Amino acid sequence: MSSHSESIIREPLITGENITYSQITNDVLRPVENKPTKAWWIGFTVSSIFAMLWVFAVSWTFWYGIGAWGLNKTVGWAWDITGFVWWVGIGHAGTLISAVLLLFRQNWRNSINRSAEAMTIFAVICAASYIVAHMGRPWMAVYSLPLPNQYTLWVNFNSPLIWDVFAISTYFSVSLVFWYTGLLPDIASIRDRATGIKRRIYSICSFGWAGSVKTWQRFETVSLILAGISTPLVLSVHTIVSMDFATSLEPGWHTTIFPPYFVAGAIFSGFAMVQTLLLVARKVLGLENYITMFHIESMNKIIILTGSIVGVAYLTEFFIAWYSGVEYEQYAFINRATGPYWWAYWSMMSCNVISPQLFWVKKWRTSIPFSWVLSIVVNIGMWFERFVIIVTSLHRDYIPSSWAMFQPTWVEVSIFIGSIGLFFTLFLLFIRVLPSVAMAEVKLLLKGASEQAKLEKIKHGHEDKSQVEFYKEALEKFDSVDLAKYGKI
Amino acid sequence: MSKTKFILGLFDDPDAMMDGIHKLQQNSVPIYDVYTPMPIHGIEAKLGIKDSRLGYAAFLFGCTGGTVAFSMLYYMLVHDWPMNIGGKPSFAIPDFVPITFEWTVLFTAFGMVATFFYATHLFPGRAPRVMDLRATDDRFVIAIDAKGNTPHADITNILKEAGAVEVKHNERKYVSYE
Repeated sequence: MSSHSESIIREPLITGENITYSQITNDVLRPVENKPTKAWWIGFTVSSIFAMLWVFAVSWTFWYGIGAWGLNKTVGWAWDITGFVWWVGIGHAGTLISAVLLLFRQNWRNSINRSAEAMTIFAVICAASYIVAHMGRPWMAVYSLPLPNQYTLWVNFNSPLIWDVFAISTYFSVSLVFWYTGLLPDIASIRDRATGIKRRIYSICSFGWAGSVKTWQRFETVSLILAGISTPLVLSVHTIVSMDFATSLEPGWHTTIFPPYFVAGAIFSGFAMVQTLLLVARKVLGLENYITMFHIESMNKIIILTGSIVGVAYLTEFFIAWYSGVEYEQYAFINRATGPYWWAYWSMMSCNVISPQLFWVKKWRTSIPFSWVLSIVVNIGMWFERFVIIVTSLHRDYIPSSWAMFQPTWVEVSIFIGSIGLFFTLFLLFIRVLPSVAMAEVKLLLKGASEQAKLEKIKHGHEDKSQVEFYKEALEKFDSVDLAKYGKI
Repeated sequence: MSKTKFILGLFDDPDAMMDGIHKLQQNSVPIYDVYTPMPIHGIEAKLGIKDSRLGYAAFLFGCTGGTVAFSMLYYMLVHDWPMNIGGKPSFAIPDFVPITFEWTVLFTAFGMVATFFYATHLFPGRAPRVMDLRATDDRFVIAIDAKGNTPHADITNILKEAGAVEVKHNERKYVSYE
């Protein structure tokens, strides 16, 4: 029910005074309906320069082949697959927020799901571009599809690489459908406020949405079922990515722990990237009342949880290497920690295992600058994790005579840095043309879960005194709440 | 005869709107439709709207997807071109699981969303049939077909009484057509 009244011991999901339904529309659509700000232009310019670098480096790769990269006969996968797995992992938070948190009825997802889903889509685009780029001859991508061809052969469906083709393409297209269906009511809001050519464009994009009872009823059914099927989907995607490694016989890869460990790592890095983007976006777009300290803290708690799972997985790998009695497996792990790539291993350990534990301190996990810096540290750590898994396992395997070192060339480095530019370019375009917060879903929370509704309840004086005190204490961490008005109650 | 085609009751609060629906029903005024900027839970039961059957559609699409994927794998790997890979069986069911699962999800999602769009007449470029432009912003709109529902003044009063901030007597059904 829209009038569902929520206990005051739950922290508010919308802060601020005199928030009305139209206020929510105005606040969310401000960046869409007005000329871009200076901050946006600066961000857009910088990221599109890097996106151009990506175009240049990828074109270079296609022109000269992957010989332009630093790969050698021993290390055949390096920055390309590292980048691919990194981006796919980042792409996990969006669907997790929109699907898993919907099933668990976590209402705080309502104000962050839209931008997280957009982020998912852009991250998967970056990931897919790596796969195509690492084929060297991109037109060969067609041979990964089970189409009749002149060799009269089907693809090898026993290979996890082919499973990956199906998993990533399904994940991308289902996320896109989920995201766009959710956007329809909000695009209709823009349409009904716009004029001229803008109105015509949004009218086409809105599919004629009018918001009648039956439409909303079906919309909710579709959202729930999509959430239900996306939940196992999101878990399957990184499971299958991990099987690219786990089904091989390479020491350090051939482990059964990979699927859960990769999924936890994906959620970990995904939430870190959501944090990186949203902490800036809420400030620049003025969305502090909708993306509150409660949201930030909740995401940081998920980062602690998944970071700890990843930490336990690292230690388990080491234990199992010892316990298995397989000397190749043991050497792979000793080599990771003490071999020539020790610095990558220890960067991974400190960024992924130690740094998220700092969030146990409440003061730090409710500090915006600290959360932002830590979210970037986590993403650096997750990049190193994939680098460590891929390169340290490959560079020294069974035959010492073929042991080698890997050095990237400027092409690989440019593709990686450029892909970050591409990601930010797409994200900045998204916040300019589409609502970055799901307005309809946030409006649902206004009457029950907003700070003003709870303040009204307290003012009526029927609330338990200790609960009121508890609530006031919880509000202290919010940067968007003026505690002075609670002083006199 | 009045030229009014539709009477719209505009509410700024979903609960007041539910009250409006209740009052109209008490007075046996049929409601044409209700347009809201967000889903209103419980309104379907109030208006006697049947449950959505999209779940059944989704289930059938899922079954189709799973069957198509499994049959495709069986045809390609077992029937059409069985390969001897180290003497292992061609019909390796565990290897079929990931793709069968992915296509089950893919078919469910696309089939269900396509059914939703088809049943609700949503497609790119469809002219929006909007009765009040603020129904996608901050107004909860009850629409009443004015034809045969008289006297209009009584309906206006019922809506006003329930807390409508504005009652419109529209001579055109949709305001969104230019």
